[in-house]
Amino acid sequence: MYMSPKICAVLFMVHICVSTISAQIKYKDSTKTSMNMDAVYDRPFLTFDKFPVNLGGYLEANSIYSIEDGLSEGLSFQARRLTLFVSASISKRIKFLTELEFENGTEEIAIEFASMDIALHPLLNLRGGIVLNPIGSFNQNHDGPKWEFVERPDVSTNLLPATFSNAGFGIYGKAYKGDWTLGYEAYLTNGFDTSIINNEEERTFLAAVKENSARFEDNFSGSPLLNGKLAIKHRKIGELGISYMGGAYNRKEIDGLQVDTGSRRVDVLALDLNTTINKTGTGLIGEMAYIWVDVPDTFTQQFGNQQAGFFVDIIQPVLKTKILDWEEAILNLSLRTDYVDYNIGKFAQTNTDIGDDLFALTPALSFRPSPQTVLRINYRYQWQQDILNNPASRTATWYFGISTYF
Amino acid sequence: MSKIAFVFVGLSVFLFCGCENLGPEEPMEFDLLDGPIDGLSISEQKRFLAGDIAFNDDVFTVENGLGPLFVGTSCVSCHSGDGKGHPFNQLIRFGNNDLDLSAMPTIGDGRNQIQNKALPGFEPETVPHGVPFSILVAPAVTGLGLLDAVPDEEIMALADPMDEDGDGISGRPHYNLTPEFTKIRENSVPQGDNYIFRFGKKANSYDLLHQTVGAYNQDIGITSLFDPIDPFSGLEVDPEISTKTLNDVVFYLKTLKAPISRNQMDPDVIAGKELFKSVQCAACHTPTLTTGYSPIKSLSFKEFHPYTDLLLHDMGLGLDDGFTEGNVETSEWRTPPLWGIGLSANSQGGQMFLLHDGRASSIEEAIEMHGGEANNSKARYISLAPEEKSQLIKFINSL
Repeated sequence: MYMSPKICAVLFMVHICVSTISAQIKYKDSTKTSMNMDAVYDRPFLTFDKFPVNLGGYLEANSIYSIEDGLSEGLSFQARRLTLFVSASISKRIKFLTELEFENGTEEIAIEFASMDIALHPLLNLRGGIVLNPIGSFNQNHDGPKWEFVERPDVSTNLLPATFSNAGFGIYGKAYKGDWTLGYEAYLTNGFDTSIINNEEERTFLAAVKENSARFEDNFSGSPLLNGKLAIKHRKIGELGISYMGGAYNRKEIDGLQVDTGSRRVDVLALDLNTTINKTGTGLIGEMAYIWVDVPDTFTQQFGNQQAGFFVDIIQPVLKTKILDWEEAILNLSLRTDYVDYNIGKFAQTNTDIGDDLFALTPALSFRPSPQTVLRINYRYQWQQDILNNPASRTATWYFGISTYF
Repeated sequence: MSKIAFVFVGLSVFLFCGCENLGPEEPMEFDLLDGPIDGLSISEQKRFLAGDIAFNDDVFTVENGLGPLFVGTSCVSCHSGDGKGHPFNQLIRFGNNDLDLSAMPTIGDGRNQIQNKALPGFEPETVPHGVPFSILVAPAVTGLGLLDAVPDEEIMALADPMDEDGDGISGRPHYNLTPEFTKIRENSVPQGDNYIFRFGKKANSYDLLHQTVGAYNQDIGITSLFDPIDPFSGLEVDPEISTKTLNDVVFYLKTLKAPISRNQMDPDVIAGKELFKSVQCAACHTPTLTTGYSPIKSLSFKEFHPYTDLLLHDMGLGLDDGFTEGNVETSEWRTPPLWGIGLSANSQGGQMFLLHDGRASSIEEAIEMHGGEANNSKARYISLAPEEKSQLIKFINSL
């Protein structure tokens, strides 16, 4: 497999960075320093005595009532996800985990994660199979019961693909010093295809690549997608991550024949943050992403070459007490802010701003009888402008939902 | 059970019962251009809905036939909210500058419209060197069924090609040959084999089927049973849109309601209406037309107020782009309906792009750019007192 000098250089830099830190640290129990990158294993599993396989999963279901510009389609019930996890300790230093998801009943069945990990050193683990691309935090840490909101963040679903996984290989590791933990991940995976600018969303839409089930066996562009993430965590402050993924999304040649004028790239940079204010117990979770897509000038401006967005969740526990037989039931009040600009730039003909953006506020009330189960009431109010910046379409949506690990 | 659990459950029930009241209100009907005409039967409403989905939701991709050269990727990309289009999805047409020149410059399969966008790996078209052309911004599509149902006799009655009444206005219908798939309207009044065309900036489409088939083919690169020639290759290919969908879209366009006028009791609007007549805007922008029989009952024998005469007029040098289309002279344009013009900004991104190419950013500018047959009316407008001008503009905005 051809690997470009740039990719080699990035992997080398990651290796140098981590090696330097490793010389100064002591190893600690990783369960106390869990990061977003650990989310796939940081789940409740059913374990069986002397049986090396652990099972788990979660369910998400909700009702939804939506009113768009005064018109409603009525009340619906949604069985959004049933996800099953299976993990196994195959032998010392070798483990396996897979995540199988059924969306909307059996409308979409997907293997979201299936990888074998080989632990050579806390700083150097090998991972291969179907991996979750480590872009932002939500993509890796997306289990329904962990969140106070029925909907996934817009930036993580409509801008970045969630949950986005691909066949690939890479390395990851963590280093510790005092209260600090540094984690890294670097993978080469299959990447995007031209559907990101050729789709029925009529906008640049990275998530369109998820429709291509062949991405687990065929890398459309022929060159790997580079994925890298660095995250730092302080046990009393929180975690900050910066991640990148990029690569070609088209093919310049097929069977030796030129089919496009050049190789076109997609590059994504994401920042994620989560912290808890100790005094008040207020949780803050946020993620922002910026996307650059090389869209040919001769294509329609409907498909933007830059996109950006963010979400911020503020979660305030207002009650922690015993309720019925639940020893540590928690009632949370939360607020999510979503913003997505699908098309940053100006129209060539008029030099006026291109629209196509979305802003939403979602107040939420959630009740957790135990940490693994959540009952949620959400009210989402959304303003969405079309590409021309015409008056925003307004949508209010009520949700009542449950989500639980099992 | 704990009080907290009761509170949570009670709050859930309360919020759900109140959810109707916490949603955004429906915009006022007169602020919207979309929506069906009144009186459609249930089966007609179902057809309207099917056409609505095809027009507003269907997006074309490589997989379902887009391009490879095109202007837009969907109907709605040029007709947002069923209103006027935006210059970013402009059409460019070209042609001869003289009707007497027999050889019409064409491109591709004989088109006179370039497809100025292309899928990656393809090159968009450009106007042939030295050929006159026009930039066109998509028109609003509301109320078209009413215009379609106006009998030929009524259009002809408004025509005065030789200016026999001496008012300086000499509108004429555009007669042209219809495509083979056309179903000629009952009681049409042809001139030989030529029929009155009434849709399009230069009245170059006979009816809404003609217009729609052409738009799918020329604007999106989508072939149909009626026009199976791929505009890129010039070869006949399988239809890329079903005849049913095409017919649904035509039905949708026919049954979109007419824009609803606003503020009609405002004294300034009432005064502006009188000025509209006295300045002689109404000589071309005919306030009232009447439909004949239509198989769609809601369109039959209706009086309506489009502010157009559906005729071609010489608009002078300023609006002469130098190219002919069909049998239309370079300076001739079909009178555009003024209904809904006050809502244009709501579909054009908060600004107005008026006249055929969007060059006017306000109604005042558009009036001042009129010429030719409209010169006298423009002069009368310019001579109005500022307050009168304001009243006239208010009236036009209220349509």
